[in-house]
Amino acid sequence: MRKRFNSLTLGADALLFGVAGTPLRRNGVLIGGGKVLPEIKFTLPPMSIEDTPAMEIEAMYREIVTAVCERAVHLGQQSVVVEFELLPPMTVDPPMGESITSLIAGILAEFRTSHGLQSLLRITPVDIREQNKPPQRRRGRETELLLESFRRCARAGADLLSIESTGGKEVTDQAIMAADVRGILFGTVVLGCADMEFLWEKIVRVARETGTVPAGDTACGIGNTAMVLADQGYIPRVFAAVVRAVTAVRSLVAYEVGAAGPGKDCGYENAILKAITGLPMSMEGKSAACAHLSPVGNIAGCYADLWSNESVQNIKLLAGMAPVVSMEQLVYDCRLMNVAAGRGEGRRLRDWFSESDAGLDPQAFILSPRAVEALARAIVSEQDDYRRGVAVAVKAVDLLREGLSKQHLLLSEREQEWLTRIEHTVSELPSDSMGFIAEERPKWKDHVNYGEYGIPDDV
Amino acid sequence: MDRYAEIAQHVQNGYSERARKAVEAALAEGCPAERVLKEGLIAGMEVVAAKFKSGQMFLPEVLAVAGAMKAGMELVKPLLVAARHEPLGKVVLGTVRGDMHDIGKNLVAIMLQGAGFDVVDLGTDVRVEKFIDAIEREHPDVVGMSALLTTTMVHMKTVIEALKQRDLRAHVKVIVGGAPISKNFASEIGADGYARDAATAVDVVKELLNSR
Ligand code: B12
Repeated sequence: MRKRFNSLTLGADALLFGVAGTPLRRNGVLIGGGKVLPEIKFTLPPMSIEDTPAMEIEAMYREIVTAVCERAVHLGQQSVVVEFELLPPMTVDPPMGESITSLIAGILAEFRTSHGLQSLLRITPVDIREQNKPPQRRRGRETELLLESFRRCARAGADLLSIESTGGKEVTDQAIMAADVRGILFGTVVLGCADMEFLWEKIVRVARETGTVPAGDTACGIGNTAMVLADQGYIPRVFAAVVRAVTAVRSLVAYEVGAAGPGKDCGYENAILKAITGLPMSMEGKSAACAHLSPVGNIAGCYADLWSNESVQNIKLLAGMAPVVSMEQLVYDCRLMNVAAGRGEGRRLRDWFSESDAGLDPQAFILSPRAVEALARAIVSEQDDYRRGVAVAVKAVDLLREGLSKQHLLLSEREQEWLTRIEHTVSELPSDSMGFIAEERPKWKDHVNYGEYGIPDDV
Repeated sequence: MDRYAEIAQHVQNGYSERARKAVEAALAEGCPAERVLKEGLIAGMEVVAAKFKSGQMFLPEVLAVAGAMKAGMELVKPLLVAARHEPLGKVVLGTVRGDMHDIGKNLVAIMLQGAGFDVVDLGTDVRVEKFIDAIEREHPDVVGMSALLTTTMVHMKTVIEALKQRDLRAHVKVIVGGAPISKNFASEIGADGYARDAATAVDVVKELLNSR
């Protein structure tokens, strides 16, 4: 059963790295209880998983996890979170994902006993429900495999269950390229939220059955696709900022059906979700530049309960292997945040994080604590997903307009033109979802199997 | 303004209806379809592609232009086919096996189409056999592969090896791209070209076809 939030847990003043409203405690690790912890991620170097013996792949993971744990111990880090992001073949073949999970969990247990390094293991299977076109989100064999992957990894020693689910992506992929705000709303909040409800009820059940934590999701395939495209100059940044705000409505659904955090690192919308839910969140910023570039490298730190590198392939750098380098960067970032917080100066550092990015890019601007609170309020002021989407899009545009007029935000002329265009589009959105769905449905019928979203054929 | 320039202008502005009407008028006046295509539609798109490449235009604006070009193309294409006009070139594109990332590849397709190439998009998670089948069926001048995962980029080599085995390698140029791909990797696996973005991909394809 979904329980909708109708108020905020943390306002702008209370939003701070390392501090959640409801910290998570498990296996001697405390997340959001005052300290920021590193969340380390890694992936394989160029190689074919299909053509490499399982033993070799496992040896590679053994090497990576051992090396990052050694570095953490060497630097005196006491708690870490490790994420194993499954690759597609490891999800399609659940026993394969299971056996790597079990291997990593084993290494973490060894480090706990031998070095006192406390740790939690997050697993993230790939949303493989897209194999078919249009995707089969509910009835396909892939849905079964995906849940089987969760079950097996959970039993093999995972602590936190996450996914980057892709419901609605068949619409948003095109909507992003066309900077189509209506398509974004349709894909993200109409289809996306429906799929989140379906999927997360199942993940929460798996977590219950296996004694693990249903952690959280991210609208990476929507928000970060837009961010990366904006970064490359393909689409307006103001559009990507509005997309980010809207993704919060979608990612929130996981927590409304029982996810308990920490939210998944690549969801920059986690800032808004932390304000609403008070649950701990993982964030990534400047130390995830190994994975992708972004305009929010510092500001993302304001909200981090876990601080992540997003993922780096296991290649040799001058200092050592890349995941080890990432671990070191994360540890130093966390130390600084934790010392600031320990001296009662966390807010000051947070404001520096925010100020150093917010004026330079609209995507950063809407992530300042004050903006985050305003966006979060807009979402909880409504109960219906579509109306939430409209409310938060309107609020995001208002914030950008205000920032521009007060000269707190720099925008090129072209960006300003797009802001006006988007303003126009959002002001003309229908007020109720039925009307909106009726208008958008036919446009996307070749790309979406509506039955797979539980949306009836006629509305 | 002559007819061709007028068409080019409407394409540049992304005015589909006006572009279509101008093409209709040009053809009615007896302008050759080939010139309508090259000096009208493609010329307009080229201006836009250059602006896009230099960061003066956003993709949604380019898409509107591509729409206008398509509206004109629909009228010109049957005439070109009837006249057995040789298209600029044909490109088969796909994201390799196990990989579902496709935005980058889609962009490459849009830019190539805009430049006047015929593009056959095989989609994502394209296995070796599917690439081979498409090459045997479509006889493209170029095949382009995209990969975003370090664990799928290696499949590009498998496709190139398969092309060699089937004696198809000499008939088709191979280009590759995607975040983990580098120029070095491209030459290591025996590809003919690499491009770091969609606009450059068009240049690379043109160069490869000119050098034949
Ligand atoms: C958006 C995104 C997604 C979206 C994809 C949406 C879509 N429709 O494509 C979603 C959320 C679905 C996704 C899923 C996954 N992703 Co992803 N994703 C990204 C991200 C952030 C951006 C990719 C993108 O769209 N860029 C924008 C486009 C325009 O750029 P581009 O693709 O590079 O293309 C340009 C050029 O490269 C070139 N080009 C591209 N193709 C071609 C082809 C030719 C022939 C030529 C000439 C040129 C060319 O031109 C393009 C246009 O200029 C990247 C980060 C990154 N560094 O790239 C991660 C990234 C690629 N993903 C990653 C991962 C791990 C995954 C998942 C496994 C995550 C998971 N556990 O679920 C799944 C895998 C899904 C699958 N089966 O493939 C990792 C890869 C790590 C690795 N092992 O290699 C990355 C690097 C992020 C990271 N570091 O963690 N992802």
